[in-house]
Amino acid sequence: MTRITATAETEFRIALRNRWVAMSIAMMALFALVLSAAGSSAVGTIGADRLSVVVASLTSLAVYLVPLVALLMSFDAIAGEVERGTLPLLLTYPASRPELLLGKLLAHLAILTLAVAIGYGIAAVAALAVDADAVAGLSSLWRLMWSSVLLGATFLGIGYAISALARRSSGAAGLAIGLWLGLIVLYDLGLLAAIIADNGGYFTTKVFPAALLANPADAFRLYNLAASQATSAAAGVSGAANTIPVWASLTSILLWPIAAFAIAIAAFRKVTP
Amino acid sequence: MTPTLSLQCLTKTYGAQRALSEVSVTVAPGERVALLGHNGAGKSTMMKIILGLIPFDSGDLQVAGAAPGTAEARRHVAYLPENAAFHPALTGLEQIRHYLSLRGESPSLAMDLLQRVGLGQAATRRIGTYSKGMRQRVGLAQTLIGKPRLLVLDEPTSGLDPVSRRDFYELLDGLAADGASILLSSHALTEVEARTDRILILSGGHLVAEGSLADLRRMAALPITFHVSPRQGAMAEVVLALPEAIASGGTLTLSCQQDQKLRLLARISDLGERIADIDVQPPTLEDIYGRFSKRAGQ
Ligand SMILES: Nc1ncnc2c1ncn2[C@@H]1O[C@H](COP(=O)(O)OP(=O)(O)OP(=O)(O)O)[C@@H](O)[C@H]1O
Ligand SMILES: [Mg+2]
Repeated sequence: MTRITATAETEFRIALRNRWVAMSIAMMALFALVLSAAGSSAVGTIGADRLSVVVASLTSLAVYLVPLVALLMSFDAIAGEVERGTLPLLLTYPASRPELLLGKLLAHLAILTLAVAIGYGIAAVAALAVDADAVAGLSSLWRLMWSSVLLGATFLGIGYAISALARRSSGAAGLAIGLWLGLIVLYDLGLLAAIIADNGGYFTTKVFPAALLANPADAFRLYNLAASQATSAAAGVSGAANTIPVWASLTSILLWPIAAFAIAIAAFRKVTP
Repeated sequence: MTPTLSLQCLTKTYGAQRALSEVSVTVAPGERVALLGHNGAGKSTMMKIILGLIPFDSGDLQVAGAAPGTAEARRHVAYLPENAAFHPALTGLEQIRHYLSLRGESPSLAMDLLQRVGLGQAATRRIGTYSKGMRQRVGLAQTLIGKPRLLVLDEPTSGLDPVSRRDFYELLDGLAADGASILLSSHALTEVEARTDRILILSGGHLVAEGSLADLRRMAALPITFHVSPRQGAMAEVVLALPEAIASGGTLTLSCQQDQKLRLLARISDLGERIADIDVQPPTLEDIYGRFSKRAGQ
Protein backbone atom coordinates (compact mmCIF):
# COMPACT_ATOMS: atom_id res chain seq x y z
CA MET A 1 0.00 0.00 0.00
CA THR A 2 2.76 2.47 0.89
CA ARG A 3 4.35 1.54 -2.42
CA ILE A 4 1.22 2.65 -4.27
CA THR A 5 0.76 5.87 -2.31
CA ALA A 6 4.47 6.70 -2.57
CA THR A 7 4.31 6.26 -6.34
CA ALA A 8 1.15 8.36 -6.50
CA GLU A 9 2.75 11.10 -4.42
CA THR A 10 5.85 11.23 -6.60
CA GLU A 11 3.82 11.19 -9.81
CA PHE A 12 1.63 14.00 -8.53
CA ARG A 13 4.68 16.04 -7.67
CA ILE A 14 6.15 15.48 -11.13
CA ALA A 15 2.84 16.50 -12.75
CA LEU A 16 2.80 19.60 -10.60
CA ARG A 17 6.33 20.54 -11.69
CA ASN A 18 5.56 19.79 -15.33
CA ARG A 19 2.59 22.17 -15.13
CA TRP A 20 0.21 19.35 -15.99
CA VAL A 21 -1.95 20.10 -12.99
CA ALA A 22 -2.18 23.80 -13.82
CA MET A 23 -2.79 23.11 -17.51
CA SER A 24 -5.60 20.57 -16.98
CA ILE A 25 -7.36 22.82 -14.49
CA ALA A 26 -6.98 25.89 -16.70
CA MET A 27 -8.33 24.02 -19.71
CA MET A 28 -11.43 22.72 -17.92
CA ALA A 29 -12.10 26.03 -16.18
CA LEU A 30 -11.74 28.04 -19.36
CA PHE A 31 -14.14 25.87 -21.36
CA ALA A 32 -16.64 25.77 -18.49
CA LEU A 33 -16.61 29.57 -18.36
CA VAL A 34 -17.08 29.91 -22.09
CA LEU A 35 -19.98 27.45 -22.06
CA SER A 36 -21.64 29.20 -19.13
CA ALA A 37 -21.49 32.49 -20.99
CA ALA A 38 -22.73 30.97 -24.25
CA GLY A 39 -25.45 28.93 -22.47
CA SER A 40 -27.17 32.04 -21.18
CA SER A 41 -28.61 32.81 -24.62
CA ALA A 42 -30.35 29.43 -24.88
CA VAL A 43 -32.28 29.74 -21.63
CA GLY A 44 -35.98 30.37 -21.94
CA THR A 45 -36.39 28.83 -25.34
CA ILE A 46 -36.07 25.30 -23.95
CA GLY A 47 -37.86 25.82 -20.70
CA ALA A 48 -35.28 24.08 -18.54
CA ASP A 49 -33.38 25.67 -15.68
CA ARG A 50 -30.11 27.29 -16.48
CA LEU A 51 -27.79 24.73 -14.90
CA SER A 52 -29.44 21.81 -16.70
CA VAL A 53 -28.78 23.54 -19.98
CA VAL A 54 -25.17 24.16 -19.04
CA VAL A 55 -24.79 20.51 -18.01
CA ALA A 56 -25.99 19.42 -21.42
CA SER A 57 -23.37 21.51 -23.17
CA LEU A 58 -20.75 20.48 -20.61
CA THR A 59 -21.54 16.86 -21.44
CA SER A 60 -20.81 17.27 -25.12
CA LEU A 61 -17.66 19.19 -24.18
CA ALA A 62 -16.48 16.59 -21.66
CA VAL A 63 -16.73 13.86 -24.28
CA TYR A 64 -13.93 15.59 -26.18
CA LEU A 65 -11.94 17.20 -23.42
CA VAL A 66 -11.78 14.60 -20.65
CA PRO A 67 -10.38 11.81 -22.87
CA LEU A 68 -7.93 14.29 -24.38
CA VAL A 69 -6.60 15.45 -21.01
CA ALA A 70 -6.43 11.84 -19.77
CA LEU A 71 -4.49 10.69 -22.84
CA LEU A 72 -2.12 13.66 -22.64
CA MET A 73 -1.32 12.80 -19.03
CA SER A 74 -0.87 9.08 -19.59
CA PHE A 75 0.79 8.57 -22.97
CA ASP A 76 4.24 9.24 -21.49
CA ALA A 77 3.76 7.21 -18.30
CA ILE A 78 5.68 4.12 -19.40
CA ALA A 79 7.32 5.20 -22.66
CA GLY A 80 8.84 8.14 -20.77
CA GLU A 81 10.35 5.84 -18.15
CA VAL A 82 11.73 3.62 -20.90
CA GLU A 83 13.24 6.57 -22.76
CA ARG A 84 14.72 8.25 -19.70
CA GLY A 85 16.20 4.90 -18.68
CA THR A 86 14.54 4.97 -15.27
CA LEU A 87 12.48 1.82 -15.79
CA PRO A 88 15.14 -0.90 -15.25
CA LEU A 89 16.04 0.39 -11.81
CA LEU A 90 12.39 0.87 -10.85
CA LEU A 91 11.58 -2.70 -11.79
CA THR A 92 14.27 -4.07 -9.49
CA TYR A 93 12.38 -2.61 -6.52
CA PRO A 94 9.94 -4.77 -4.60
CA ALA A 95 6.94 -2.92 -6.07
CA SER A 96 5.04 -5.01 -8.64
CA ARG A 97 4.04 -3.65 -12.03
CA PRO A 98 0.31 -3.39 -11.15
CA GLU A 99 1.28 -1.48 -8.01
CA LEU A 100 3.41 0.97 -9.98
CA LEU A 101 0.66 1.50 -12.52
CA LEU A 102 -1.98 1.90 -9.82
CA GLY A 103 0.18 4.58 -8.18
CA LYS A 104 0.38 6.50 -11.44
CA LEU A 105 -3.37 6.07 -11.99
CA LEU A 106 -4.17 7.45 -8.54
CA ALA A 107 -2.07 10.56 -9.13
CA HIS A 108 -3.41 11.23 -12.61
CA LEU A 109 -6.98 10.56 -11.55
CA ALA A 110 -6.58 12.99 -8.65
CA ILE A 111 -5.45 15.69 -11.07
CA LEU A 112 -8.30 14.96 -13.44
CA THR A 113 -10.84 15.00 -10.62
CA LEU A 114 -9.46 18.31 -9.47
CA ALA A 115 -9.70 19.79 -12.96
CA VAL A 116 -13.22 18.47 -13.53
CA ALA A 117 -14.43 19.62 -10.10
CA ILE A 118 -13.04 23.11 -10.56
CA GLY A 119 -14.33 23.44 -14.13
CA TYR A 120 -17.83 22.19 -13.38
CA GLY A 121 -17.83 24.06 -10.09
CA ILE A 122 -17.27 27.32 -11.92
CA ALA A 123 -20.14 26.53 -14.26
CA ALA A 124 -22.43 25.73 -11.33
CA VAL A 125 -21.57 28.92 -9.49
CA ALA A 126 -22.09 30.99 -12.62
CA ALA A 127 -25.51 29.41 -13.23
CA LEU A 128 -26.66 29.65 -9.62
CA ALA A 129 -25.65 33.26 -9.45
CA VAL A 130 -28.19 34.36 -12.05
CA ASP A 131 -30.89 31.69 -11.82
CA ALA A 132 -32.31 30.51 -8.48
CA ASP A 133 -34.06 27.56 -10.21
CA ALA A 134 -30.65 26.25 -11.23
CA VAL A 135 -30.58 24.20 -8.01
CA ALA A 136 -32.70 21.69 -9.91
CA GLY A 137 -29.76 20.96 -12.16
CA LEU A 138 -27.32 20.12 -9.37
CA SER A 139 -28.08 16.40 -9.43
CA SER A 140 -27.31 16.12 -13.12
CA LEU A 141 -24.12 18.14 -12.59
CA TRP A 142 -23.05 15.70 -9.87
CA ARG A 143 -23.78 12.79 -12.20
CA LEU A 144 -21.76 14.44 -14.92
CA MET A 145 -18.90 14.94 -12.47
CA TRP A 146 -18.42 11.35 -11.34
CA SER A 147 -19.10 9.91 -14.77
CA SER A 148 -16.46 12.28 -16.16
CA VAL A 149 -13.97 10.92 -13.64
CA LEU A 150 -14.82 7.37 -14.74
CA LEU A 151 -14.43 8.38 -18.38
CA GLY A 152 -11.06 9.88 -17.47
CA ALA A 153 -10.01 6.68 -15.70
CA THR A 154 -10.88 4.69 -18.82
CA PHE A 155 -8.73 6.87 -21.05
CA LEU A 156 -5.89 6.94 -18.53
CA GLY A 157 -5.85 3.14 -18.67
CA ILE A 158 -5.96 3.21 -22.47
CA GLY A 159 -3.15 5.77 -22.42
CA TYR A 160 -0.95 3.55 -20.24
CA ALA A 161 -1.58 0.61 -22.54
CA ILE A 162 -0.58 2.71 -25.56
CA SER A 163 2.47 3.96 -23.69
CA ALA A 164 3.58 0.42 -22.87
CA LEU A 165 2.97 -0.85 -26.38
CA ALA A 166 4.74 2.05 -28.13
CA ARG A 167 7.78 2.19 -25.78
CA ARG A 168 8.74 5.53 -27.36
CA SER A 169 7.14 8.79 -26.28
CA SER A 170 6.80 10.05 -29.83
CA GLY A 171 5.14 6.84 -30.98
CA ALA A 172 2.85 6.84 -27.96
CA ALA A 173 1.83 10.45 -28.61
CA GLY A 174 0.93 9.63 -32.21
CA LEU A 175 -1.05 6.58 -31.16
CA ALA A 176 -2.87 8.56 -28.47
CA ILE A 177 -3.93 11.31 -30.89
CA GLY A 178 -4.97 8.71 -33.45
CA LEU A 179 -7.02 6.82 -30.89
CA TRP A 180 -8.67 10.00 -29.67
CA LEU A 181 -9.62 10.96 -33.22
CA GLY A 182 -10.84 7.46 -33.92
CA LEU A 183 -12.90 6.84 -30.80
CA ILE A 184 -14.27 10.32 -30.24
CA VAL A 185 -14.67 11.85 -33.68
CA LEU A 186 -14.55 9.28 -36.48
CA TYR A 187 -16.43 6.55 -34.62
CA ASP A 188 -19.60 8.65 -34.40
CA LEU A 189 -19.27 9.86 -37.97
CA GLY A 190 -18.93 6.27 -39.12
CA LEU A 191 -22.01 5.22 -37.17
CA LEU A 192 -23.97 8.14 -38.55
CA ALA A 193 -23.00 7.26 -42.10
CA ALA A 194 -23.96 3.63 -41.52
CA ILE A 195 -27.35 4.61 -40.12
CA ILE A 196 -28.14 6.81 -43.11
CA ALA A 197 -27.13 4.01 -45.50
CA ASP A 198 -29.02 1.40 -43.47
CA ASN A 199 -32.24 3.43 -43.36
CA GLY A 200 -33.82 1.86 -40.29
CA GLY A 201 -32.79 -1.76 -40.92
CA TYR A 202 -30.93 -4.37 -38.86
CA PHE A 203 -27.93 -2.16 -38.26
CA THR A 204 -29.92 0.69 -36.77
CA THR A 205 -31.92 -1.48 -34.41
CA LYS A 206 -29.36 -4.08 -33.34
CA VAL A 207 -25.77 -3.12 -34.13
CA PHE A 208 -25.98 0.60 -33.51
CA PRO A 209 -26.99 0.46 -29.80
CA ALA A 210 -24.28 -2.12 -29.10
CA ALA A 211 -21.73 -0.03 -30.98
CA LEU A 212 -22.64 3.02 -28.91
CA LEU A 213 -22.30 1.08 -25.66
CA ALA A 214 -18.97 -0.42 -26.71
CA ASN A 215 -17.40 3.02 -27.06
CA PRO A 216 -16.67 4.49 -23.60
CA ALA A 217 -17.18 8.06 -24.81
CA ASP A 218 -20.52 7.31 -26.42
CA ALA A 219 -21.68 5.38 -23.37
CA PHE A 220 -20.75 8.38 -21.25
CA ARG A 221 -22.75 10.73 -23.43
CA LEU A 222 -25.70 8.34 -23.58
CA TYR A 223 -25.79 7.90 -19.84
CA ASN A 224 -25.73 11.60 -19.05
CA LEU A 225 -28.31 12.49 -21.67
CA ALA A 226 -30.62 9.59 -20.95
CA ALA A 227 -30.47 10.18 -17.23
CA SER A 228 -31.63 13.75 -17.61
CA GLN A 229 -34.41 13.77 -20.19
CA ALA A 230 -34.83 17.49 -19.78
CA THR A 231 -31.58 18.12 -21.54
CA SER A 232 -31.90 15.70 -24.42
CA ALA A 233 -33.27 18.50 -26.52
CA ALA A 234 -29.85 20.10 -26.49
CA ALA A 235 -28.13 16.91 -27.50
CA GLY A 236 -26.84 15.90 -30.89
CA VAL A 237 -26.98 12.11 -30.76
CA SER A 238 -30.41 11.12 -29.55
CA GLY A 239 -33.20 9.48 -31.51
CA ALA A 240 -32.16 5.84 -31.67
CA ALA A 241 -30.14 6.36 -28.51
CA ASN A 242 -33.36 6.81 -26.58
CA THR A 243 -34.12 3.13 -26.93
CA ILE A 244 -31.03 2.16 -24.93
CA PRO A 245 -31.85 1.68 -21.24
CA VAL A 246 -29.95 3.70 -18.65
CA TRP A 247 -28.63 0.60 -16.88
CA ALA A 248 -26.86 -0.49 -20.08
CA SER A 249 -24.91 2.75 -20.48
CA LEU A 250 -24.23 2.82 -16.74
CA THR A 251 -22.80 -0.70 -16.89
CA SER A 252 -20.58 0.34 -19.79
CA ILE A 253 -19.15 3.38 -18.02
CA LEU A 254 -18.56 1.34 -14.87
CA LEU A 255 -16.87 -1.58 -16.63
CA TRP A 256 -14.66 0.38 -19.00
CA PRO A 257 -12.22 1.77 -16.38
CA ILE A 258 -11.62 -1.74 -15.04
CA ALA A 259 -11.18 -3.22 -18.51
CA ALA A 260 -8.83 -0.41 -19.59
CA PHE A 261 -6.68 -0.83 -16.51
CA ALA A 262 -6.51 -4.59 -17.02
CA ILE A 263 -5.37 -4.01 -20.62
CA ALA A 264 -2.77 -1.53 -19.37
CA ILE A 265 -1.36 -4.05 -16.89
CA ALA A 266 -1.20 -6.74 -19.55
CA ALA A 267 0.65 -4.37 -21.89
CA PHE A 268 3.02 -3.21 -19.14
CA ARG A 269 3.88 -6.83 -18.29
CA LYS A 270 5.13 -7.27 -21.85
CA VAL A 271 7.70 -4.49 -21.51
CA THR A 272 11.26 -5.79 -21.08
CA PRO A 273 13.53 -2.99 -19.92
CA MET B 1 27.75 -21.18 3.75
CA THR B 2 25.08 -20.94 1.04
CA PRO B 3 26.11 -18.59 -1.73
CA THR B 4 24.21 -15.33 -2.18
CA LEU B 5 24.40 -15.72 -5.91
CA SER B 6 24.81 -18.81 -7.98
CA LEU B 7 24.78 -19.14 -11.76
CA GLN B 8 25.05 -22.52 -13.45
CA CYS B 9 25.67 -22.83 -17.17
CA LEU B 10 23.78 -19.64 -17.90
CA THR B 11 23.20 -19.00 -21.60
CA LYS B 12 21.54 -16.01 -23.22
CA THR B 13 21.06 -15.20 -26.87
CA TYR B 14 19.69 -12.08 -28.53
CA GLY B 15 18.31 -13.45 -31.77
CA ALA B 16 21.31 -15.08 -33.40
CA GLN B 17 23.76 -13.19 -31.20
CA ARG B 18 25.11 -15.07 -28.20
CA ALA B 19 25.53 -12.69 -25.28
CA LEU B 20 26.39 -15.29 -22.62
CA SER B 21 27.65 -18.87 -23.12
CA GLU B 22 27.39 -21.33 -20.25
CA VAL B 23 28.57 -18.98 -17.55
CA SER B 24 28.89 -20.46 -14.05
CA VAL B 25 29.66 -18.25 -11.07
CA THR B 26 29.01 -18.32 -7.35
CA VAL B 27 29.39 -15.42 -4.96
CA ALA B 28 29.55 -16.01 -1.20
CA PRO B 29 28.24 -13.63 1.46
CA GLY B 30 30.68 -10.81 2.12
CA GLU B 31 32.58 -11.43 -1.08
CA ARG B 32 33.50 -8.60 -3.45
CA VAL B 33 33.68 -9.76 -7.04
CA ALA B 34 34.73 -7.69 -10.04
CA LEU B 35 33.40 -8.45 -13.49
CA LEU B 36 35.76 -7.37 -16.27
CA GLY B 37 35.46 -7.64 -20.01
CA HIS B 38 35.62 -5.71 -23.25
CA ASN B 39 32.71 -3.61 -24.53
CA GLY B 40 29.95 -5.98 -25.45
CA ALA B 41 31.40 -8.89 -23.49
CA GLY B 42 28.08 -9.45 -21.75
CA LYS B 43 28.62 -7.82 -18.35
CA SER B 44 25.47 -5.72 -18.33
CA THR B 45 23.49 -8.58 -19.82
CA MET B 46 24.60 -10.88 -17.02
CA MET B 47 23.63 -8.32 -14.41
CA LYS B 48 20.19 -7.71 -15.91
CA ILE B 49 19.55 -11.43 -15.91
CA ILE B 50 20.56 -11.68 -12.26
CA LEU B 51 18.07 -8.91 -11.49
CA GLY B 52 15.34 -10.68 -13.41
CA LEU B 53 14.97 -7.77 -15.84
CA ILE B 54 15.54 -9.92 -18.91
CA PRO B 55 14.90 -13.64 -19.38
CA PHE B 56 17.65 -16.19 -20.10
CA ASP B 57 17.62 -19.19 -22.42
CA SER B 58 18.99 -21.99 -20.29
CA GLY B 59 20.89 -22.67 -17.12
CA ASP B 60 20.15 -22.28 -13.46
CA LEU B 61 20.16 -19.13 -11.38
CA GLN B 62 19.58 -18.48 -7.68
CA VAL B 63 19.61 -15.01 -6.17
CA ALA B 64 19.50 -14.77 -2.38
CA GLY B 65 17.93 -18.22 -2.34
CA ALA B 66 15.14 -17.29 -4.74
CA ALA B 67 14.48 -17.18 -8.47
CA PRO B 68 15.64 -13.94 -10.11
CA GLY B 69 13.06 -11.18 -10.36
CA THR B 70 10.72 -12.65 -7.77
CA ALA B 71 9.48 -10.41 -4.98
CA GLU B 72 11.70 -12.33 -2.56
CA ALA B 73 14.83 -11.82 -4.67
CA ARG B 74 14.06 -8.16 -5.31
CA ARG B 75 13.76 -7.51 -1.60
CA HIS B 76 17.39 -8.55 -1.06
CA VAL B 77 19.08 -7.16 -4.15
CA ALA B 78 20.18 -3.59 -4.86
CA TYR B 79 21.08 -2.46 -8.36
CA LEU B 80 22.99 0.40 -9.87
CA PRO B 81 22.33 0.54 -13.63
CA GLU B 82 25.01 1.33 -16.17
CA ASN B 83 23.73 4.85 -16.80
CA ALA B 84 21.80 5.72 -13.67
CA ALA B 85 18.92 8.01 -14.68
CA PHE B 86 16.25 9.71 -12.64
CA HIS B 87 13.37 12.05 -13.26
CA PRO B 88 14.93 15.47 -13.81
CA ALA B 89 12.03 17.30 -12.14
CA LEU B 90 12.60 15.64 -8.76
CA THR B 91 15.21 16.68 -6.22
CA GLY B 92 17.75 14.15 -5.01
CA LEU B 93 16.02 14.10 -1.66
CA GLU B 94 12.57 13.43 -3.14
CA GLN B 95 13.94 10.69 -5.34
CA ILE B 96 15.63 8.88 -2.48
CA ARG B 97 12.56 9.32 -0.25
CA HIS B 98 10.52 7.67 -2.98
CA TYR B 99 12.93 4.73 -3.24
CA LEU B 100 12.92 4.33 0.54
CA SER B 101 9.11 4.11 0.54
CA LEU B 102 9.18 1.54 -2.25
CA ARG B 103 11.42 -0.64 -0.07
CA GLY B 104 9.20 -0.11 2.96
CA GLU B 105 11.79 1.99 4.79
CA SER B 106 11.21 5.33 6.45
CA PRO B 107 11.62 8.26 4.00
CA SER B 108 13.26 10.26 6.77
CA LEU B 109 16.47 8.29 6.20
CA ALA B 110 16.96 9.96 2.82
CA MET B 111 19.12 12.87 3.97
CA ASP B 112 21.43 10.52 5.83
CA LEU B 113 21.91 8.36 2.73
CA LEU B 114 22.65 11.39 0.57
CA GLN B 115 25.19 12.61 3.06
CA ARG B 116 26.93 9.24 2.97
CA VAL B 117 27.54 9.69 -0.75
CA GLY B 118 28.49 13.34 -0.35
CA LEU B 119 25.33 14.87 -1.77
CA GLY B 120 24.11 16.58 1.39
CA GLN B 121 24.60 20.05 -0.09
CA ALA B 122 22.74 19.40 -3.33
CA ALA B 123 19.96 17.27 -1.83
CA THR B 124 17.21 19.82 -2.37
CA ARG B 125 18.21 20.72 -5.91
CA ARG B 126 16.54 19.12 -8.90
CA ILE B 127 18.35 16.14 -10.39
CA GLY B 128 18.09 17.86 -13.78
CA THR B 129 20.74 20.29 -12.55
CA TYR B 130 23.14 17.57 -11.32
CA SER B 131 26.45 16.68 -12.98
CA LYS B 132 27.04 13.13 -14.21
CA GLY B 133 29.00 12.21 -11.11
CA MET B 134 26.28 13.59 -8.88
CA ARG B 135 23.64 11.51 -10.65
CA GLN B 136 25.88 8.50 -10.18
CA ARG B 137 25.95 9.26 -6.46
CA VAL B 138 22.16 9.35 -6.30
CA GLY B 139 22.33 5.91 -7.88
CA LEU B 140 24.81 4.76 -5.24
CA ALA B 141 22.73 6.22 -2.43
CA GLN B 142 19.71 4.16 -3.45
CA THR B 143 21.76 0.94 -3.40
CA LEU B 144 22.45 1.53 0.30
CA ILE B 145 18.75 1.41 1.20
CA GLY B 146 17.83 -1.32 3.64
CA LYS B 147 20.31 -4.11 4.13
CA PRO B 148 20.70 -5.67 0.68
CA ARG B 149 22.32 -9.11 0.64
CA LEU B 150 23.56 -8.60 -2.89
CA LEU B 151 24.63 -5.41 -4.61
CA VAL B 152 24.82 -5.52 -8.39
CA LEU B 153 26.72 -2.46 -9.57
CA ASP B 154 27.21 -1.82 -13.29
CA GLU B 155 30.29 0.38 -13.71
CA PRO B 156 29.71 2.11 -10.37
CA THR B 157 32.76 4.35 -10.54
CA SER B 158 32.25 5.69 -14.04
CA GLY B 159 31.96 9.45 -13.77
CA LEU B 160 33.39 9.63 -10.26
CA ASP B 161 36.52 11.64 -9.51
CA PRO B 162 39.51 9.80 -7.93
CA VAL B 163 38.75 10.86 -4.37
CA SER B 164 35.11 9.84 -4.71
CA ARG B 165 36.21 6.50 -6.09
CA ARG B 166 38.27 5.83 -3.02
CA ASP B 167 35.37 6.85 -0.76
CA PHE B 168 33.11 4.60 -2.77
CA TYR B 169 35.30 1.54 -2.29
CA GLU B 170 35.52 2.30 1.41
CA LEU B 171 31.72 2.28 1.48
CA LEU B 172 31.77 -1.11 -0.22
CA ASP B 173 34.31 -2.49 2.24
CA GLY B 174 31.94 -1.59 5.06
CA LEU B 175 29.00 -3.27 3.34
CA ALA B 176 31.02 -6.41 2.59
CA ALA B 177 32.23 -6.54 6.19
CA ASP B 178 28.55 -6.62 7.20
CA GLY B 179 28.05 -9.67 4.99
CA ALA B 180 26.74 -8.16 1.76
CA SER B 181 27.93 -9.71 -1.49
CA ILE B 182 29.04 -7.32 -4.17
CA LEU B 183 29.21 -7.90 -7.90
CA LEU B 184 30.55 -4.92 -9.78
CA SER B 185 31.68 -4.40 -13.35
CA SER B 186 34.48 -2.10 -14.29
CA HIS B 187 36.97 -1.11 -16.94
CA ALA B 188 39.41 0.33 -14.41
CA LEU B 189 41.79 -2.53 -13.64
CA THR B 190 43.95 -0.79 -11.10
CA GLU B 191 41.10 0.12 -8.75
CA VAL B 192 39.50 -3.30 -9.01
CA GLU B 193 42.79 -4.99 -8.18
CA ALA B 194 43.14 -3.65 -4.68
CA ARG B 195 39.48 -3.50 -3.80
CA THR B 196 37.96 -6.84 -4.69
CA ASP B 197 38.45 -10.41 -3.56
CA ARG B 198 37.97 -12.06 -6.90
CA ILE B 199 38.03 -11.12 -10.56
CA LEU B 200 35.91 -12.62 -13.32
CA ILE B 201 36.82 -11.97 -16.92
CA LEU B 202 34.15 -12.28 -19.58
CA SER B 203 35.10 -12.35 -23.22
CA GLY B 204 32.54 -12.64 -25.98
CA GLY B 205 30.04 -14.08 -23.52
CA HIS B 206 32.40 -16.75 -22.18
CA LEU B 207 33.81 -16.72 -18.68
CA VAL B 208 37.49 -17.01 -19.60
CA ALA B 209 39.17 -16.52 -16.23
CA GLU B 210 38.29 -16.40 -12.59
CA GLY B 211 40.33 -15.92 -9.44
CA SER B 212 42.30 -13.47 -7.34
CA LEU B 213 44.80 -11.27 -9.10
CA ALA B 214 47.64 -13.56 -7.94
CA ASP B 215 45.80 -16.55 -9.42
CA LEU B 216 45.30 -14.76 -12.71
CA ARG B 217 48.94 -13.71 -12.78
CA ARG B 218 49.99 -17.32 -12.37
CA MET B 219 47.50 -18.61 -14.94
CA ALA B 220 48.46 -15.99 -17.49
CA ALA B 221 52.13 -17.13 -17.25
CA LEU B 222 53.32 -13.99 -18.95
CA PRO B 223 57.07 -13.39 -19.29
CA ILE B 224 58.95 -10.96 -17.08
CA THR B 225 60.97 -8.35 -18.89
CA PHE B 226 64.50 -7.22 -17.90
CA HIS B 227 66.13 -4.04 -19.16
CA VAL B 228 69.87 -4.25 -18.71
CA SER B 229 72.14 -1.21 -19.21
CA PRO B 230 75.82 -2.17 -19.57
CA ARG B 231 78.58 0.17 -18.39
CA GLN B 232 80.41 2.36 -20.95
CA GLY B 233 82.52 0.13 -23.24
CA ALA B 234 81.26 -3.14 -21.76
CA MET B 235 78.45 -3.61 -24.29
CA ALA B 236 80.21 -6.23 -26.41
CA GLU B 237 81.10 -8.39 -23.43
CA VAL B 238 77.57 -8.27 -22.03
CA VAL B 239 76.02 -9.13 -25.39
CA LEU B 240 78.33 -12.14 -25.53
CA ALA B 241 77.27 -13.29 -22.09
CA LEU B 242 73.57 -12.77 -22.79
CA PRO B 243 73.14 -13.93 -26.38
CA GLU B 244 69.30 -14.02 -26.23
CA ALA B 245 69.08 -10.30 -25.42
CA ILE B 246 67.80 -7.80 -27.94
CA ALA B 247 69.84 -4.62 -28.09
CA SER B 248 68.24 -1.28 -28.71
CA GLY B 249 69.94 2.02 -28.03
CA GLY B 250 72.24 1.55 -25.06
CA THR B 251 70.14 -1.14 -23.35
CA LEU B 252 69.50 -4.83 -23.74
CA THR B 253 66.04 -6.31 -23.33
CA LEU B 254 65.47 -9.87 -22.12
CA SER B 255 62.42 -11.75 -21.07
CA CYS B 256 61.83 -15.03 -19.25
CA GLN B 257 59.07 -17.04 -17.61
CA GLN B 258 58.30 -16.60 -13.93
CA ASP B 259 60.19 -19.75 -12.88
CA GLN B 260 63.35 -18.73 -14.79
CA LYS B 261 63.50 -15.34 -13.13
CA LEU B 262 66.12 -16.09 -10.47
CA ARG B 263 68.41 -18.03 -12.86
CA LEU B 264 68.46 -15.13 -15.28
CA LEU B 265 68.99 -12.65 -12.50
CA ALA B 266 71.97 -14.69 -11.30
CA ARG B 267 73.49 -14.74 -14.77
CA ILE B 268 73.17 -10.98 -15.03
CA SER B 269 74.63 -10.34 -11.60
CA ASP B 270 77.59 -12.60 -12.50
CA LEU B 271 78.57 -9.87 -14.95
CA GLY B 272 79.22 -7.68 -11.91
CA GLU B 273 80.98 -4.39 -12.68
CA ARG B 274 80.06 -4.53 -16.35
CA ILE B 275 76.39 -3.73 -15.56
CA ALA B 276 75.43 -0.12 -14.85
CA ASP B 277 71.74 -0.67 -14.12
CA ILE B 278 69.00 -3.28 -14.28
CA ASP B 279 65.26 -2.83 -14.42
CA VAL B 280 62.78 -5.69 -13.81
CA GLN B 281 59.28 -5.36 -15.19
CA PRO B 282 56.59 -7.84 -14.12
CA PRO B 283 53.63 -8.13 -16.47
CA THR B 284 51.24 -5.23 -15.98
CA LEU B 285 47.57 -5.63 -15.14
CA GLU B 286 46.76 -4.65 -18.70
CA ASP B 287 49.00 -7.43 -20.00
CA ILE B 288 47.33 -10.02 -17.80
CA TYR B 289 43.90 -8.75 -18.70
CA GLY B 290 44.75 -8.67 -22.39
CA ARG B 291 46.00 -12.27 -22.19
CA PHE B 292 42.52 -13.45 -21.17
CA SER B 293 40.24 -10.95 -22.79
CA LYS B 294 40.51 -11.44 -26.50
CA ARG B 295 37.82 -10.05 -28.65
CA ALA B 296 36.99 -11.93 -31.80
CA GLY B 297 39.47 -10.82 -34.44
CA GLN B 298 41.90 -9.22 -32.02
N1 LIG C 1 18.58 -5.60 -26.31
C1 LIG C 1 19.54 -6.17 -27.02
N2 LIG C 1 19.27 -6.68 -28.24
C2 LIG C 1 20.23 -7.27 -28.98
N3 LIG C 1 21.50 -7.41 -28.60
C3 LIG C 1 21.85 -6.91 -27.39
C4 LIG C 1 20.89 -6.27 -26.55
N4 LIG C 1 21.52 -5.90 -25.41
C5 LIG C 1 22.80 -6.28 -25.54
N5 LIG C 1 23.01 -6.89 -26.73
C6 LIG C 1 24.27 -7.47 -27.21
O1 LIG C 1 24.77 -8.36 -26.23
C7 LIG C 1 26.18 -8.24 -26.11
C8 LIG C 1 26.55 -7.94 -24.68
O2 LIG C 1 26.14 -6.63 -24.33
P1 LIG C 1 26.36 -6.02 -22.90
O3 LIG C 1 25.61 -4.76 -22.81
O4 LIG C 1 26.06 -7.06 -21.89
O5 LIG C 1 27.92 -5.71 -22.90
P2 LIG C 1 28.85 -5.09 -21.74
O6 LIG C 1 29.83 -6.13 -21.38
O7 LIG C 1 28.01 -4.55 -20.66
O8 LIG C 1 29.57 -3.90 -22.52
P3 LIG C 1 30.05 -2.45 -22.02
O9 LIG C 1 31.38 -2.60 -21.41
O10 LIG C 1 30.14 -1.67 -23.28
O11 LIG C 1 29.02 -1.93 -21.09
C9 LIG C 1 26.59 -7.16 -27.10
O12 LIG C 1 27.06 -7.78 -28.26
C10 LIG C 1 25.32 -6.41 -27.38
O13 LIG C 1 25.32 -5.91 -28.69
MG1 LIG D 1 27.67 -2.70 -19.91
